[in-house]
Amino acid sequence: MVTRTIENSQPFSWKRLFLQWEWMLVLLIIAIFMMNSSISPYFLNYTSVTDATMTFLDKAFIVFPMVMIMLMREIDISVGSTVALSSVVMATAYNAGLPMILALVLCLVVGALCGFLNGFLLVKYRELSAVIVTLSTMILYRGIAYMILEDQSAGDFPTWFSFFGWGYIGTIPFILILFIALAILFVLIQQKTVFGRQIYAIGSNPTAARFAGVKVDRIKLIVFTLAGVMAAITAIFLTARMGSTRPNVANMYELDVIAMVALGGISTAGGKGRMLGAILAVFVIGYLQYGLGLINIPAQALLVIIGLLLIISVTITNLRVKKRK
Amino acid sequence: MLQQLNLEKVSKFREVGLLGFIIILVLVIQLLNPAFLTIGNLRDLLTNTAILSILALGMMLVLITRGIDLSIGATLALSGMITALTVSSVPGLNPILAILLGIVVGCFCGVMLGLLVSKIGILPIIASLGLMNVFRGLTFWTSGGEWVSAYQMPDSFKNIATSSILGINTLVFIAILTFLFFYYFVNTTITGRQIYAVGSNPDSASVSGINQTKILMLVYTMMGGLSGLAGVLWVSKYASAQGDTASGYELTVIAACILGGVSIAGGVGKVTGVLLGALLLGVLSNGLPLINVSPFWQMGIEGAIIMVAVLFNTNIREFIERNNRLRREI
Repeated sequence: MVTRTIENSQPFSWKRLFLQWEWMLVLLIIAIFMMNSSISPYFLNYTSVTDATMTFLDKAFIVFPMVMIMLMREIDISVGSTVALSSVVMATAYNAGLPMILALVLCLVVGALCGFLNGFLLVKYRELSAVIVTLSTMILYRGIAYMILEDQSAGDFPTWFSFFGWGYIGTIPFILILFIALAILFVLIQQKTVFGRQIYAIGSNPTAARFAGVKVDRIKLIVFTLAGVMAAITAIFLTARMGSTRPNVANMYELDVIAMVALGGISTAGGKGRMLGAILAVFVIGYLQYGLGLINIPAQALLVIIGLLLIISVTITNLRVKKRK
Repeated sequence: MLQQLNLEKVSKFREVGLLGFIIILVLVIQLLNPAFLTIGNLRDLLTNTAILSILALGMMLVLITRGIDLSIGATLALSGMITALTVSSVPGLNPILAILLGIVVGCFCGVMLGLLVSKIGILPIIASLGLMNVFRGLTFWTSGGEWVSAYQMPDSFKNIATSSILGINTLVFIAILTFLFFYYFVNTTITGRQIYAVGSNPDSASVSGINQTKILMLVYTMMGGLSGLAGVLWVSKYASAQGDTASGYELTVIAACILGGVSIAGGVGKVTGVLLGALLLGVLSNGLPLINVSPFWQMGIEGAIIMVAVLFNTNIREFIERNNRLRREI
C-alpha cells in the first residue's frame, strides 16, 4: 500500500505510462492478431474473432479471484477440480429430476462450498499453506466427482441451457458481455475500493496488515469462496458449450489460469500487479491458443508453449521486482 | 530440548500408529478377500510400492526445503519414453546403461527446475507446474504421439522388472538400496543435515554459511534423477511407454510423504515415515480392487485420507506447542 501511494504521487510522465506491462500485453495481442490473420485469411472478421473469443473465455472467469489470491501471496490449484465437481453435481442433479434453474443454483452453491472449505482450512490452521490445502482438495474434489459419475457422462440438458455456451445478445456473445461486465466490476473493486487496497496490503506485508487492523482472515475467506463461485460459473459455461460433462473435465485449468495471472504481471511474491494486466493476458493466451490451433499445432505442443509462457512471464516479473529493489 | 523430545515422541507415535493402521487395513482386506495375502499378490504389491517409495524419498527432500515438485510425473514419462525409444532402436543396449540413460534425462529435468527455483527465485509450485507441461509436451513430441509397446522392447530391458537380485525382485532391491542410501544420507552426512537446516529456517541457514543455492540445486537434481530411474523401472514393469504415463502420479507421491509425516512447511520428515506412507498407499491401491471397491472411488478415498493426515499433523503440532507454553508458565 505504501509503495502504491508513493507511485501515485510521482509526477505524470508519458514515458512511464507506455513502459507499463499492460502496454506490452496490448502489443502482444496486436502481434498475435497479425500472426493469426497471416495464418488464415478468414481470421480477421467479426464473427470469427467473436467465435474464437467464446472458446477460451469460460476459464477466464477464474482469473479475477486468482489475481486477488496471488496478490495475497496465496495460490489455489483446486479450481480445475472445483469446476469438475460443480459441473458433475449440476448435471447429475438435473438428470435426477431437479429443475434446471435449481440445478444451476446448486452448481453455484457447490462451487462456493468448495472455495469456502479451502478458505476455512487456510484461516483456521494458519500454519497450513495454500499449496497443501488446495493440493489436498484438488484430489478430494475430483475424487468426489469420480465417485458420483464413475466412467459415465451426464447431459441431456434442456435446449435453452446451450444459450450459455453459444448464445448471442444482438451480435455479441453472451459470455463476452458477462465477462466484460465482471471485468469492469473486478477492476473497480481491486483498484478503487478499500477491500481491494486491503488485498494489496496483505500481499505486501501480511503481519503488518493484521496489526493495522485489516481483517486478513475474513478477506481470505471471501476471496477463496469467490474463487469457488467463479469456478462454478466456468462450469456452467463449459458444460453448456460441451453439452455434457464427465469427471475429467477442466483438467489442468489451474495451469491456464495461473499462467494468465502470471503473464498479467502479478508478482508471486505478493502485492504487485494489476487486475487489468491479467484480463489482457486472458486474451493473449486465448488468441495464441486459437491461432496455433488454426495451423494444426498439436495439443501437446500447446502444452509446451503455455508452460514456457508461464515460466518466462514469472521470470520477467521476478527480475523486474528485483531490479526495482 | 523439551520440544525436541516431544517431537521425537510424536514422530514415533505417528510411525507406530501408521504401522498399526496398515496392519488393521491388511487384516480387514484379508478377511474380506483371502486372495490378498498370497505370495503372488504380495510380490505385486511390493513391486508397485517400490517405484512409489523411490519417488517419495526424493520428494521428501524437496518438501523439507519448503519446495514442491509437481513435474515428476512428466519427468518420469519423458525419461521412460526416451529410454524406451533408445532400447527399441538399439536392442543390444545393456540394461544398466538404459537405467543410467533414464537417470541422466531425469537429472537434466531436475537441473532445469533447480535453476528456476534457486537462481531465479520462482515459487517451486509455479515453476514445476510450468515445467510439468513442458516435459509432458516433450514426451508426446519425442514419440510423435505413438506408444512404445512390449514387442518393440528387447527382453533384456523388460527383464529389469521381472528379474531378481539375491532372491529379491530387482525393483524392490533398487528401492531398498535407495532407502538405505537416503537413511545414511539425511541422518549422518553434513549435506543431509544442511537440507533440514535450509528447510527449518532458511535465513539462519544462510547466516550460518550454508549455500542455499547449492542445496536447492542438489535436492531438485536428485528428485529429477530418481524420477528418471523410476521412469525406466515403470516402462520396464508395464512394458509400454506412453505419452500420458504416470499422469497425476506426483499427487500420489506427495500424498505418501504427507501420510509419512513430512511437513510441507519444511524442515520435518523422516525416511521411515515416508516408507510407511508409501506402503499404506500401496496397500490401498492393491487391496481396494480386491474388496470390490470401484477403481473410480480410489481418488476420492485417497483425497479424504490426505485431508485427514494434513489436519492430524497440524493438530498434533498445535497440541505440542500449547503443551510447551503451559510448561513454560509453571
